[in-house]
Amino acid sequence: MHDDRDSGHDPLERIRAWLSQARFFAEEVYSSRYRGAIARARRDEDDLFMLLVFSEMMGVPNPAAYYTLELQPLLLERFHDWHRRMGMEHSPLDHFRCC
Amino acid sequence: MSAIILLVVGLVAMALGYFLYSKFIAEKIFRLDPDFRTPAHEFEDGVDYVPTNRFVLWGHHFTSVAGAAPIVGPAIAVIWGWLPAFLWVVFGTIFFAGVHDSGAIWASVRNKAKSIGALTGDVVGTRARSLFMIVIFLVLLMVNAVFAVVISGLMMNFSTAVVPVWGAILVALVIGQLIYRRILSLPVVSVLGVIALYALIFIGPSVPLQMPAEIAGMSGNAVWILLLFGYAAVASLLPVWVLLQPRDYINGLQLFVGLLVLYGAIVFLNPNMVAPMFNSNVPAGTPSLLPLLFVTIACGAISGFHGLVSSGTTSKQLNKEPDARFVGYFGAVGEGMLALAAILVATAGFASLADWQAMYTGFGQGGVNAFVQGGAYIIHNGLGLPEVTAATLLTVMAALFAGTTMDTGLRLQRYIFQEWGTIYNLKWMTKPAPATLLAVGSCLLLAFGAGGAGGTGGMLIWPLFGTTNQLLAGLTLLVITVILMRLKRPLWYTLVPLCFLLVMTVLALLTQLRGFYEAGNYFLLILGSVILIAAILVSLECGAALKRQRQEIANQGK
Repeated sequence: MHDDRDSGHDPLERIRAWLSQARFFAEEVYSSRYRGAIARARRDEDDLFMLLVFSEMMGVPNPAAYYTLELQPLLLERFHDWHRRMGMEHSPLDHFRCC
Repeated sequence: MSAIILLVVGLVAMALGYFLYSKFIAEKIFRLDPDFRTPAHEFEDGVDYVPTNRFVLWGHHFTSVAGAAPIVGPAIAVIWGWLPAFLWVVFGTIFFAGVHDSGAIWASVRNKAKSIGALTGDVVGTRARSLFMIVIFLVLLMVNAVFAVVISGLMMNFSTAVVPVWGAILVALVIGQLIYRRILSLPVVSVLGVIALYALIFIGPSVPLQMPAEIAGMSGNAVWILLLFGYAAVASLLPVWVLLQPRDYINGLQLFVGLLVLYGAIVFLNPNMVAPMFNSNVPAGTPSLLPLLFVTIACGAISGFHGLVSSGTTSKQLNKEPDARFVGYFGAVGEGMLALAAILVATAGFASLADWQAMYTGFGQGGVNAFVQGGAYIIHNGLGLPEVTAATLLTVMAALFAGTTMDTGLRLQRYIFQEWGTIYNLKWMTKPAPATLLAVGSCLLLAFGAGGAGGTGGMLIWPLFGTTNQLLAGLTLLVITVILMRLKRPLWYTLVPLCFLLVMTVLALLTQLRGFYEAGNYFLLILGSVILIAAILVSLECGAALKRQRQEIANQGK
């Protein structure tokens, strides 16, 4: 929610505060119904991307491995959640164990 | 009698229902607890479980449940006179729908936000869960078929609305892009979207598009039905942000504007109730009021569909448990207000009784056409808008509601086919495209099977839709009752509505089956029999579950 500490004095400030409130409500109403569906669709895309980035380490040849290697450290934080979601209790990688 | 008196009486009664009865139910029966940790907090993940401001959640809940059904049902049911429809909508909202909707949220929130379908499996048994799936499928099937028929009828009768109705889809597509790509902020887009929609409504009357009465041997109605299903199939396969999300949003805004315009026009014009209080002179072939009234008006009085929304998405976003009262009960009140507006315009929006009788020439006649014409009359005389523009406005409102329900309904039906594909190991059926085709095929079969090649007689299935919807509500009430029984709380407030619904549903089905048999409509006879069997099974499940629960409690006491 917005901060409306100074909004009581200046009418311009008050209008701005009101507008930001309206914006907050409109955005919440717009997104609340489909938040889940969209987040899931996005997660599916991310999951596919994860598979591409880590495919070489799991023995799946990937012509773009040279480039995806650079991305691995950036995505490591999400690796644990990803392999759990893919139905693997423990890390599928021999040389890299996150759990 | 003045329509304003009825309006005020209805609104005051529903307000009392909210302030007194729902307070009693929330505090004494459900015992909503502000300190209870709701699933939205317990499983918060930013995807499904998100604690949401209660006003936002109410807006979401209300716009999800409000649609064309609370307009069509009451507008058909006033054929028996305005009083029966009025009483059922007002008392149904207060004692049935409000308790059902807030109860469904409560039951779900207390059980890890599970859907009513899953809860039926847990609380009542696996057999009841399968039954639940079948009833949901039948409801969706009928919703889609009925609404396709409703929209095609509107498109044929009000050709001025064709451009705005289809133009609204274009507006939604543009809005979706503007928001998704963050080109403009949402308040700006909202204002622009509403302006664009109303500009289309004002342009509509000068560019009427009339579908020819016959194309390649098919009637105009049938062509519209095919086009609508083609559209709905595509819409239900698109990612939600492309069309569904902006369309629902625009619809929500349009709902509030439409309600304000209708209520405002009634207050300004102060029309008289033209239709009789009790219609003793009903057209030949009209079934008897008892029990048919209680299935002709489902949404607006009580509707099982609401339980699906309550336990599907609303319960996962509930911030505090006592919000269930505001979101669920007041959501039902909002729906009741829409139904009340439909009753008023379909009975007071005519110049004379003869005009009204000319509209209601048979059961299933009138309906949404009466709503559009009566509403246009009231808006024209009350607010001074040209009658054709007012008619276009209301047609767009009804058609957009029915349209969004159709593409959501088709999407849900597809999920059911996909789930069956997984259960019975049919690989091809788990894919979106074939599953959508199956869903569309089954709906088309119903639309044309019920109404013949013209697809026009599909309104015959409206009361069947009501019966199935009430069965669903019955199952939800059963789940709530069993949970209350386990908690050793008073049962009457859910058990009485449950028994009433089951009795009325079975009676209505028997009446309808006799009608189908006499008319020689074997397609509907078979479909009706399937629903009757489901109704009997639901009743048996109710009896068995309650008896079992009572025995368990008795054994514990020993």
